[in-house]
Amino acid sequence: MHVTSSVRTPLVLGGKTYADVTEDVIRHVEGKPTKEWKIALGLSMVVLAFGTASVFWTWWEGLGVWGLNKTVGWAWDITNFVWWVGIGHAGTLISAVLLLFRQKWRTSINRAAEAMTIFAVLCAASFIVMHMGRPWMAYWALPLPNTFGSLWVNFNSPLVWDVFAISTYFSVSCLFWYVGLVPDLASIRDRAKNKVSKYIYGTLAMGWNGGAKSWSRYEYISLILAGLSTPLVLSVHTIVSMDFATSVIPGWHTTIFPPYFVAGAIFSGFAMVQTLMLVTRVVYKLEDYITIEHIDSMNKIITLTGSIVGVAYLTEFFIAWYSGVEYERYAFVNRAFGPYWWAYWAMMTCNVISPQLFWFKSLRRSVSFTFLISIVVNIGMWFERFVIIVTSLHRDYLPSSWAMFSPTIFDIGDYVFSFGFFFTCFFLFSKFLPVVNMAEVKAIIKTASEKLPKNVSGVSKDERLAEASK
Amino acid sequence: MENNTKRYWKGLEELRNGEKFVKNAHKEFADFEATDPGKFTSLVDGVTSQRRDFLKVLGFGMAAVSLAACETPVRKSIPYINKPDDIFPTIANWYASSYSEGGDYASILVRTREGRPVKIEGNKLSSVTKGGVSARMHASLLGLYDNEKLRGPKKGEADIKWEDADKQIIAQLGAIAAKGGQIRLVSSTLLSPSTKAVIADFASKYPTTKHIVYDANSVSGLVKANADSFGKAAIPAYDFSKASTIVGLGCDFLGTWVSPEVFNKQYVQGRKLSSVKDGKRTMSRHYQFETVMSMTGANADYRAAIKPSQEGLVALALYNKVSGKSAASLGADIDACLNKAAKDLKASQGAALVVSGSNDPAVQTIVNALNSALGSYGTTIDFGTTAHNRQGDDVAMNAFIDEAKAGKISAVMFLASNPVYDHPRGAELKEALPKIGLSVSFNDRADETASLAKFITPAPHFLENWDDAEPKSGFYSLTQPTISHIFKTRQAQSSLLKWAGKSENYHEYIESHWKNNIYKAADGSFEAVWVKALHDGVYEPNAGAATSGASFVGNVDAAISAVSSRYKANAAGLELALYEKVGMGTGAQANNPWLQEFPEPISKACWDNYANISAKTAKEQGLSQGDVIKIEAKGQSIEVPVLIQPGQANGTIGVAIGYGRQKSGKSSDGVGANAYVLAKMVDGHVSFNAGEVTISKTGETREIAQTQTHNTVMARKSIIQEARLADYQKDVMAGRFLAKVETSEGPKRATDISLWNGYEKRNHSWGMAIDLNSCTGCGACVLSCQVENNVAVVGRQEVVNRREMHWIRIDRYYSSDAQVDDFEGLEVASENPEIVFQPLMCQHCSNAPCETVCPVLATTHSTEGLNQMTYNRCIGTRYCANNCPYKVRRFNWFKYFDEDNFENFHFSNDLGKMVINPDVTVRSRGVIEKCSMCVQRIQAGKLEAKKERRRPVDGEIETACSQSCPTEAIVFGDMNDPESRLSKIMEHENAGRAFQLLEEINVKPQVSYLTKIRNKDIEVKSEEKA
Repeated sequence: MHVTSSVRTPLVLGGKTYADVTEDVIRHVEGKPTKEWKIALGLSMVVLAFGTASVFWTWWEGLGVWGLNKTVGWAWDITNFVWWVGIGHAGTLISAVLLLFRQKWRTSINRAAEAMTIFAVLCAASFIVMHMGRPWMAYWALPLPNTFGSLWVNFNSPLVWDVFAISTYFSVSCLFWYVGLVPDLASIRDRAKNKVSKYIYGTLAMGWNGGAKSWSRYEYISLILAGLSTPLVLSVHTIVSMDFATSVIPGWHTTIFPPYFVAGAIFSGFAMVQTLMLVTRVVYKLEDYITIEHIDSMNKIITLTGSIVGVAYLTEFFIAWYSGVEYERYAFVNRAFGPYWWAYWAMMTCNVISPQLFWFKSLRRSVSFTFLISIVVNIGMWFERFVIIVTSLHRDYLPSSWAMFSPTIFDIGDYVFSFGFFFTCFFLFSKFLPVVNMAEVKAIIKTASEKLPKNVSGVSKDERLAEASK
Repeated sequence: MENNTKRYWKGLEELRNGEKFVKNAHKEFADFEATDPGKFTSLVDGVTSQRRDFLKVLGFGMAAVSLAACETPVRKSIPYINKPDDIFPTIANWYASSYSEGGDYASILVRTREGRPVKIEGNKLSSVTKGGVSARMHASLLGLYDNEKLRGPKKGEADIKWEDADKQIIAQLGAIAAKGGQIRLVSSTLLSPSTKAVIADFASKYPTTKHIVYDANSVSGLVKANADSFGKAAIPAYDFSKASTIVGLGCDFLGTWVSPEVFNKQYVQGRKLSSVKDGKRTMSRHYQFETVMSMTGANADYRAAIKPSQEGLVALALYNKVSGKSAASLGADIDACLNKAAKDLKASQGAALVVSGSNDPAVQTIVNALNSALGSYGTTIDFGTTAHNRQGDDVAMNAFIDEAKAGKISAVMFLASNPVYDHPRGAELKEALPKIGLSVSFNDRADETASLAKFITPAPHFLENWDDAEPKSGFYSLTQPTISHIFKTRQAQSSLLKWAGKSENYHEYIESHWKNNIYKAADGSFEAVWVKALHDGVYEPNAGAATSGASFVGNVDAAISAVSSRYKANAAGLELALYEKVGMGTGAQANNPWLQEFPEPISKACWDNYANISAKTAKEQGLSQGDVIKIEAKGQSIEVPVLIQPGQANGTIGVAIGYGRQKSGKSSDGVGANAYVLAKMVDGHVSFNAGEVTISKTGETREIAQTQTHNTVMARKSIIQEARLADYQKDVMAGRFLAKVETSEGPKRATDISLWNGYEKRNHSWGMAIDLNSCTGCGACVLSCQVENNVAVVGRQEVVNRREMHWIRIDRYYSSDAQVDDFEGLEVASENPEIVFQPLMCQHCSNAPCETVCPVLATTHSTEGLNQMTYNRCIGTRYCANNCPYKVRRFNWFKYFDEDNFENFHFSNDLGKMVINPDVTVRSRGVIEKCSMCVQRIQAGKLEAKKERRRPVDGEIETACSQSCPTEAIVFGDMNDPESRLSKIMEHENAGRAFQLLEEINVKPQVSYLTKIRNKDIEVKSEEKA
């Protein structure tokens, strides 16, 4: 357990006690589902149903229902895949890297961010399967012993690296998330009033007893998993970037891709965390836990990574010119001024220009502006992948094969599916599991017992809060 | 063990041991009465059913199961009970035969597997076509399996038995003949001497019979002019290989005119080059004056765009210039080109050739005079043997339609002709036809003409037929059936014989006709000659005959005055020129999905005809690509979308014939618009120069299905490398682009630096050399490959979606006037561009980018240098296709061969499936496919050699594309075999014209290209164009 000095500015506001933290967070798990939640879940399930129908038809008819062609073999499918994987990165970064860097403000947001990671990776994985011509053979991409003779996967192929990267990432993320959940699940178990919850949460809590030994192991395992996850933050998107970087296509064949992709992933991931947390904090009234300081810190990271991405964009242009390779040069000129110029400039505006506004402190600390920018950034990052994939492919080496891509209703529908899936999962998570890591937040609230009124017991929370705010 | 009297009982009945039980104890089936006899009478109540009911239930069950089975597709596989002697499963049989349709001719070999023809190849024994087979001829195979042909004879709409049809027709013919009623037999060009004999026999039985021959793509003007000029109403044999200066006047002789299969070979012979020391470094020079950008124009060294109204004056001006007279100006560009052409023509006296595609006898007379003046007759033009490819007589056909309208005809028969559709006066004939008492069509379907006939007595496909052909005088060939009749059809000749009261055995008829009329006793016994002719496909008693000229006796002055009055030097109006597409031709085979999806060599468009308009004219008229316009002339109109065509003469529109079929079948009906209706009749001759037209926008747009939409090569020198002849003569590496990479040790060739170890190719190393100078763009390889490799047809919408499946494509690039760094400008083609064709299939890279990225090793490298595709292993990530720098990989977006959306393309019905080559897997949905370098042929060739304990000999194994290339632009072979043609070419061209595409990415293709050389003077301003 950490001890937070009373002279530091508080990370949790409102003079919360340990009991308050538990109450504030578990209240939503224990209470009846609210009307807003029901509407939100219902809405995302409707979206999911529409998306599922679209995915089913894609599977039934074949990939011809998409807008792809002989020249552009990947478009929305892989754009969505990379986009979702990128979004996932923030969760791991917040829980692992920030843990190692002892950034304690992360504790209020890491739970939701990790959940987001897992759901995002699932969405990404769905596009891996979906984009295959024969998805029912997807397991062939795994190095399984098989009955087909001495067939093996191609370890030269970045797609195989992807399979390893994504599956490792998914399993470590799940483990990390679940380990972090155990103490909180035990809290829920302990407070549970009906047998069913007690049984379910009790099983999930795996006999957590809150003993010093347990806490010590918890701390160790968190640290170990953080150590394991940290390279994954770098490796997963590095490998995803190699899907492009190891190819021969101008605009893909670029050594800058690994760092550029990782920065972009963190950029979009933080934006997505912002989007989700800004909503959650309002809906669940967690303003005291997810404070303006959090928003401010995350905006700083967004600005930093956004700037890295911006520099990467410019570097690509410089290298394209400096390399002297005519195809490379054309690919980049075509990005900016070719038929897909609008996608390029949408990307530039959203990713490079908009985060720079966070240099203004007032904007950085404005909840509504942050929310707007978080959406804008994710639109921009989607376009980044679209630009990389489609504008590079649509005009590569032989002009005779140059073609345009335009999406069909099924490209859109299958993307919508991932939103439906993501939000359905996220809403279910936010109802049935604690959205804030109570155990860790408790570690960072000030042990400011001196601030408490004398008559603690029996005094209602409101009175205490009113007292505290004086 | 104490008291062991414990008793076990089977049931309470046994325990109780009641009377009933005792009674039945020893019977296997107890004889219990039904408690209620009426209750268990139904079949389905189960236990107490009677034994007979069991049979009933069994029977019902069987029936139900069988009925249910009917709903699932039944895959019939029928083994041979008595195996035919000459058919071995998996072993192909080859038959020599002949293709002749509308005068187009080729001597062919037909490959059959288990009794079904699956491929057509050229017959190299023929000295007429020398193995040349056009794209349309390759595609004609699918017509055999066209499910929409008639199953048997028809009377009106109703089916009729052959006996009844014969009886009724003979009776009517007899009645008509008795009354002296006029009988007409209308056909397209017939090459068969026996068929003509049959018609003569028929005419002797019914003496009022007259045989009318017309061609939809008529050259009767040329025949008429030859009759006037030389007294010989025939088409002479041209020899482009002997010409050092060739001038084409609106004549697409490489694509559609008279006999392109023959001309392609000859033409390219004069343009082959060799970088070997003291090799051939000269080539013919070709000028082309034309309205529509034709395939021939694309191959020309100099080309000028002319308006149709100038056509005659261009011929006249050239004549005047060659004979040193003054000529009226036709515009600066045309004049300059004419002056140059005249100069070169004069310089190559005796080795010059001027051809005109005009159907105006006056123009052809001038061209004849010009050729005469140039000494072409007896050198490049031979009247010793004449070509029979077009025998149509427009005047006679015109007269027939007049007669028909006037009700003077009592009976008409249509043999291999469809004038209601493909004659400009088709509509008039359509009205007149019902007035004719007896009308019979021999066509295979109820097409535009046949559907109006009283009887349809369908003839089978030519692959089911006996026939013969005489494409050139004294050069004969035979057609023999390669499959027994699929439907209840009968050859037209048999029908005519039968109606003439003779034996309907046409096979015997041909044999006796040959014996009596064709066979030359000097060649040995008739039986031996006949069997040899049948085996070889050809019999050429006239081979080696000396060429003979002809002296010009025509009236040039009359022709000049006719031309001067008929043509204008600078007419202002918008003019329409009809033209014939290389693939579709006259539209007779329109219901052929292979042909429909064949990209036109220049526009790369398929599944449509369209209005070709130059960019300038389109701008003036406010049109852009895809705008549907209405073209009106002489009261007729058609609606077609606009296609911006560089090289199209300004102020003109070009529209292809052969589209807009109404009653041809699912694949063709309603595809495009029928442009024949706009053709003009000038002095009784059909003219495709339709004169001035008015156009109006309909406001609709229609996207044209094009397989290539970006038209210029963007100055990319590692893709297209070309040079001028003079430069090449100085340096065989002229025009080559050598990619260099800067390294610490100075610049190095890109191919010298590699991360890869490469593959050892110890046994064979299959590869290709493709000569860009020899490729005329004809596309025979595209269709041959499609047939050989079961490449799916995807239809118009899927081509619009850029998903055509062709394994080999011919990239066509226009030149651009822009500077190399002006990317936007480079996208715009020149107004009258230079064109280069580049056949492109899988390059079989030795460092293949596709192989490294496949996650499941579905695409791998063979020990023989092939990049292999394992369809079964493919999971369809398409990464290989993305990473292919040549974009040759094709993905199966749908289950093309078995899905309702693709049912119109013949692959989805049982009959159409018979065309599938059993040696090649039909690819299912979700997998990638691509050129395999015909690995099935390589494998078969290797096995054949192995059986004979020898190495495969060069030329023994040919890929479909290399075999079909009429100009030998594609040479396939083993690079490990020093004796192969490929090795020999590469030996000297490696330091000459040979380059590999995209050398700087060092994927090391097995396919090399030879630079394009243009016979153009250096001082031309567009010299540094890429």
